[in-house]
Amino acid sequence: MEIGLSHYLSVAAILFTLGLFGIFLNRRNVIVILMSIELMLLAVNINLVAFSAFLQDLTGQIFAMFVLTVAAAEAAIGLAILVVFYRNRASIAVDDVSNMKG
Amino acid sequence: MAFAGFMFYIFAAITVACAVMVVTSRNPVHSVLYLILAFFNAAGLFVLIGAEFLAMILVVVYVGAVAVLFLFVVMMLDVNFVELRKGVRNYVYIGAVIGGILFVELAMVATSWSLGPELASISLGPVVGEVHNTRSIGQVIYTDYIYLFQGAGMILLVAMVGAIVLTHRQRAGVKKQVIRDQVARSSKDEVTLVKVQPGDGA
Repeated sequence: MEIGLSHYLSVAAILFTLGLFGIFLNRRNVIVILMSIELMLLAVNINLVAFSAFLQDLTGQIFAMFVLTVAAAEAAIGLAILVVFYRNRASIAVDDVSNMKG
Repeated sequence: MAFAGFMFYIFAAITVACAVMVVTSRNPVHSVLYLILAFFNAAGLFVLIGAEFLAMILVVVYVGAVAVLFLFVVMMLDVNFVELRKGVRNYVYIGAVIGGILFVELAMVATSWSLGPELASISLGPVVGEVHNTRSIGQVIYTDYIYLFQGAGMILLVAMVGAIVLTHRQRAGVKKQVIRDQVARSSKDEVTLVKVQPGDGA
């Protein structure tokens, strides 16, 4: 059976949905929320690379590389904020973050 | 070709299974490890589709850097993860409903799209035959996309500086080596010779 574009799009759609589901499921745990965001970005990358390969156009792969860059930067900053927050509150529960508002 | 199709199903199945384990696992360390496995298999999918360079970048950046960062943070912070799992059941239904809606929408999009006829004429970076993936990406990224490439570098620099500034802290009462003070000392100020009479003690 020939593997077509729609196969890759299906995998990406499932991964994206799982990432969204993970954000709701682990609503209190920031670390798993960040991991779910990484899953969603991976799904986006799979879409970009699949279209790039099946349309014979390199632009999608270049864009996926930039998405990867931004994802790495986002993970670093997010985890740094998490560490600072844990240092101040000794907890990473998302419910406690609301005390930041004025 | 049949082998490639077989491998696609293997990689896709493991990726999806790992993604399920990432979001449902009780222990965040296990979540990170499943995330690593998911990224490895996604890299396998990329290799199958002919994007070898991105596959290797995915392994290096995600498995080598991001996942290890996650692992560090998960293990370093002494968090009571059991406490955080409380009330998960309340969120399963709303998550399933919204995830299901999104999935149905994505499925509707995926089954009904079609490529426009003018697509071939607006192709920005057509793949030239006989040039392998890494080389062709290099030929495009250092010429047409050089400003974006430099911008990506700036983003990484800003992220690095930001992460250091956020997590760096000055601690009071920590002894540090001050070379200036050490060099400025002289033996005349610090050492005294005492003449000790025999039998008196110092």
